[in-house]
Amino acid sequence: MARFKKKKEEGSQTINTASLPDIIFMLLFFFMVSTTMRETQLLVQVTQPKATEVQKLEKKELVSYIYIGPPPKGRQAMLGTEPRIQLNDSYAETSEVQQFIAREREAMSEGERKLMTTSLKVDKDTKMGIVSDVKQELRHANALKINYNTRKRVEDRN
Amino acid sequence: MARRGAQEINAGAMADIAFLLLIFFLVTTTMDVDRGITRKLPPPVPPEQQDDIDVKERNVFVVLVNSADRLLVGSQTNKRPMDITQLKDAAKDFLRVHPNNPEYPEVEEKQIDGLGTVTVSKGVISMQNDRGTSYNMYIQVQNELAAAVRELRDEMAMEYYGKKFNDLKDEVAIKAIQEAIPVAISEAEPQNVGGD
Repeated sequence: MARFKKKKEEGSQTINTASLPDIIFMLLFFFMVSTTMRETQLLVQVTQPKATEVQKLEKKELVSYIYIGPPPKGRQAMLGTEPRIQLNDSYAETSEVQQFIAREREAMSEGERKLMTTSLKVDKDTKMGIVSDVKQELRHANALKINYNTRKRVEDRN
Repeated sequence: MARRGAQEINAGAMADIAFLLLIFFLVTTTMDVDRGITRKLPPPVPPEQQDDIDVKERNVFVVLVNSADRLLVGSQTNKRPMDITQLKDAAKDFLRVHPNNPEYPEVEEKQIDGLGTVTVSKGVISMQNDRGTSYNMYIQVQNELAAAVRELRDEMAMEYYGKKFNDLKDEVAIKAIQEAIPVAISEAEPQNVGGD
């Protein structure tokens, strides 16, 4: 076994870290620019299905989100495993969807209301029953532009 | 006071501050881009005028999905089970213009800006699912139908403009192709056979 030679002791050597803050700041600015703030705390588990024919949703301020999925693992003992609807930061019933849309619409400027899109983030194992109920409510609330949120699947067939 | 060389501020803690900020932003922000299948819901119908619009049988392509996520596809009277992998080609075949063929939907001549007179199919895809159908299956079916429309549009855009539909930049061209091949997918109220 070779032994490493001991260095001659001549005070502790330091690496010059003066440029470290610059590097970190660059990283920081990159993340500040390329990400958006998380707006809601998810109270339901959502694993989106995958699809190939997806379009990007532009203008996030015109999009309202409706989440549907089972409550998270830790709270299933209390809340059960049935899929629930989440609007903003709390669980809601189907009947509250219309109010929610009205409030979201109120927050938008006159000209933008036509362009309002509702994005449905639904867990892939949810049954269509609850989704259809929400869709019916959206029709009655006149929020007709909807988007089924999906992840992109790379085409493997053909 | 005796000065000894240039004085330096100790900037060692600067990196720590920057790290803290960085970690804060990493935790509180998301990077995911929202993507999805965009659809338009039909406007609500007042209950007193709910008469069905008559669509000729040959113009309708029925796609049924049951609570066990199985498909039944075909015309109103002649449906057969189908695997999801075949759905796109079946829908494409149905929506493609076949003039003077009674097996396929009717066609009409339409005057479209930028394209001239184009033969447009009157075919409509009618999709109905059960309340017990899984959301995943529903999206897969929507996806296949959207793919069928997209491929037909691509073919047409290739023919007229030499580009794929998604690569078209000209507003008029996009409008024209959209009009020539509309997204003719209608959804019926779901049935409740399999239960929730």
